[in-house]
Amino acid sequence: MGTIITLQGRKVVGGLAEGAALVTRQTISGWGGVNAMQGTVIETRHELRGQSFKDKILVFPGAKGSSGWSVVFHMTRLAGTAPKAMIFNEMTTKVALGAVVMRVPSVTDLDRDPLELIATGDWVKVDADRGIVEIHQSSP
Amino acid sequence: MKLTDHEKAMLDGHQGKACQKAMELLVRYAEALGAERFVDTTNVAGVPGSASAFLRNYYKDVPASNYDAIFSHFDLDSDELIEVPLIAVHSCHLQGGVDPENWEILGASPAALELSQSREAFIAERGVQILKTCTPYLAGNVPARGEHCAWMESSAVIYCNAVLAARTNTEGRESTSAAMLTGKIPDWGLHRNENRFGTHRIDVEIAVESVMDWGMLGYFVGAAVEEAIPVLTGQYAQPDLVRFKHFGASAASSGGVEMYHIVGVTPEAATLEQAFGPKQTVATFTYGKAEQRRIYDDLNSKATDPDVDFIMLGCPHAAIEQIREVCGLLAGKRISANCNLWIFTSRAVRSIADQEGYTRVIRNAGGVLLTDTCSAIGQVMPPGTKVVALDSAKQTHYLPALMGVQAWFGSTTDCINAALTGRWNGQRP
Repeated sequence: MGTIITLQGRKVVGGLAEGAALVTRQTISGWGGVNAMQGTVIETRHELRGQSFKDKILVFPGAKGSSGWSVVFHMTRLAGTAPKAMIFNEMTTKVALGAVVMRVPSVTDLDRDPLELIATGDWVKVDADRGIVEIHQSSP
Repeated sequence: MKLTDHEKAMLDGHQGKACQKAMELLVRYAEALGAERFVDTTNVAGVPGSASAFLRNYYKDVPASNYDAIFSHFDLDSDELIEVPLIAVHSCHLQGGVDPENWEILGASPAALELSQSREAFIAERGVQILKTCTPYLAGNVPARGEHCAWMESSAVIYCNAVLAARTNTEGRESTSAAMLTGKIPDWGLHRNENRFGTHRIDVEIAVESVMDWGMLGYFVGAAVEEAIPVLTGQYAQPDLVRFKHFGASAASSGGVEMYHIVGVTPEAATLEQAFGPKQTVATFTYGKAEQRRIYDDLNSKATDPDVDFIMLGCPHAAIEQIREVCGLLAGKRISANCNLWIFTSRAVRSIADQEGYTRVIRNAGGVLLTDTCSAIGQVMPPGTKVVALDSAKQTHYLPALMGVQAWFGSTTDCINAALTGRWNGQRP
């Protein structure tokens, strides 16, 4: 068992979810950056290129690029490739609308930087209604 | 959230089911943002009822017209089916679908054309202007200074804010469709004075003149500041509409820039002090020859083969002066038999090109002037395309990832030279 860290933030979309984290320090482009049918990042130079966020807790700085962001992530819900929850730092209209229509628990404004504290593969619990993120670090 | 009586009435269903579902979505969205109220919007640009094969199939068993089903369940994210009424405020449809005159060149089937046209009829009957372009400001929709808009299309959003000094965030399909029915959008971000000031400074230390120069500068700025608001100072000649269009489209692709200031040029930046207002400069970046070359090399890093088979211009949709420029470069010549030349524009601009004879000049040279879409949006290229030449940093950003092709980036002249010779011979700045 590794260390457990708890962060406090603000609800974006309510709900409870837990799963393995997929973390990136790069902002994510929706339309043109993600393949919704497969739930993968396709942006040419993205560090997550080729990786799937399906059923993961997606931890990322925020959204960038086309205004088709919400549509692409909305489609991931219909296609069954959506992440289980989202944790992000920078609030934008793209990520807010995307989270709403994807209907996955989402939090932001955390009291410590989730990108510093969560590593890909860590088990993360998100209680979005209370704005709480619980991190079970796999390695110290 | 603080709702007005009118907004409460809409939410309670007094203005009909569609309005109620639209308000429910807008309230969820506003709460996600942390907005406290709505503003009244009088100008909405979106893609209502847009229907991919996936969406049509997904909602095919809903007992209603496919358009009502898609609008209810996807556009409004409503679990209840509604009938789409007349929209409440001035709204337009952005790019999408197929060119009704040149659908065969775009590889569309008669069924795809019929679908595009029946969807168009559905939204036109509900009062949406069918502009079918990413550049509504070139097709008669020019918001007034200070007007609250709800626009999609990142290149149009940045133009609306920075060049026109109207106010919009980068909205999405669902929020714009809901705004069309209600005339409401969250009072957040760029709708508010305090969020329109600059945060990052860009010192431009080389002459930035051509459309290509402005495109590269935009690509640099977007990557440097991401979602922040850059303030440009330094060496630049007064940009025209086309330069603003390419600068903004680039900055909104390499980053998420929705607003910028160019000191002494854009309307909210008469001086450096006005551009920053009470904000502290978070960071300063310098754009010199080395940065420009790095951007050029970066944009051209996805191409190795000099044999070009496809030239695509008109991202964002070409202005009439760009079409005129292409005609001048083509004058009397024919493009290489190994190449296709597609130039995308709006229907409004094409009607001017038709009158001027430009459409025919392009056709006679072996190219074609197309509307409604582009290669990235429509995910459409001539069959067998492997190597593309582009004069848009935005299209260069997207096309290789979307379509698995090589892409060269250069000036419009470089691109037309490639069309005439079949070879890329772009000049590194």
